[in-house]
Amino acid sequence: MEIYVNVVLMGMLAIIALAIVRVRHLFAAVMLAGVYSLVAAIVFVSLDAVDVAFTEAAVGAGVSTLLFLGALALTTRREKVTPNRSFVPLLVVLAIGAALVYGTLDLPKFGDPQAPVQTHVAPFYIQDTRDSIQIPNIVTTVLASYRGFDTLGEVVVVFTAGIGVILLIGRAHLSQRRHDDDESGEEA
Amino acid sequence: MKYRLAERHKLLRVITKMLVPPIMLFGLYVQFHGDYGPGGGFQAGIIFATGIALYGIVFGLDKAKAVFPMGWARNMIAGGVLLYAGTGVWSMLQGAQFLNYNVLAHEVAHAQHYGILLVEFGVGMTVAGVIIAIFYSFAGRPPRMSDEDW
Repeated sequence: MEIYVNVVLMGMLAIIALAIVRVRHLFAAVMLAGVYSLVAAIVFVSLDAVDVAFTEAAVGAGVSTLLFLGALALTTRREKVTPNRSFVPLLVVLAIGAALVYGTLDLPKFGDPQAPVQTHVAPFYIQDTRDSIQIPNIVTTVLASYRGFDTLGEVVVVFTAGIGVILLIGRAHLSQRRHDDDESGEEA
Repeated sequence: MKYRLAERHKLLRVITKMLVPPIMLFGLYVQFHGDYGPGGGFQAGIIFATGIALYGIVFGLDKAKAVFPMGWARNMIAGGVLLYAGTGVWSMLQGAQFLNYNVLAHEVAHAQHYGILLVEFGVGMTVAGVIIAIFYSFAGRPPRMSDEDW
């Protein structure tokens, strides 16, 4: 049963991706990108990764759709049609896709208990959480306790990204005013 | 026929008013229930920020900034990182390694619980602040398209 659900969801993802490439109306493309994220969120739910599904639905379908709309308001609503239709990009994409698929042949089977990722530190986390941390969600214990220092790094990355955006475009009105001051200064 | 501004998109306005409080409540639930259920600071911060962003796109940026000023978002960005790192420094002051929560309370289970709750809250604050600040920054740029062009 699960395999059929996954096949249908993956098929929907492929169809939506093709539609995003084909559609020329940018508003429709942005909305389709949001739909893509929602379907991807359902895929994550079917993989039992509910927390990733939260994130995908909120970031992919919610916030990034909004940011695309904000960018769209600064430009036109239709994509410019480029008459030059070269086959080189298609070949490059197909070659890279084939290389990636070839690469997956060496990966361990999905969910394989003997895979290196399952035999390294994961068993320790699963066994030790009940005794030394005593909270039920192992994902949270790994994230916040065993690997707290890594997560601090992630938070600093998010912090840096936010500061960068605020510095670049968050104070647009201020830089505009300064620009005006400069111009009036030149006149005087 | 021209609508008055308050009457435009009445359905969206009513539905948004109904949706925003449960979204924020769910964000807080994911934040503080992260030890027991799926989710944690990253998810909670984003869900909370989505509530503000939804309010912003329906009621306008000015009203959203009146509810949640940009300064709050900026303070949350820095405050979350400080809370996270501060928890680590606090555990150092108690004589353990950086971010070793075991010394934060007498019982190890409680100590781990407090430590995780504190750092997850720091994560949630920073993420929510960053998303809200980015939304305000993007939405605050003057648009070149009129409403009819969409």
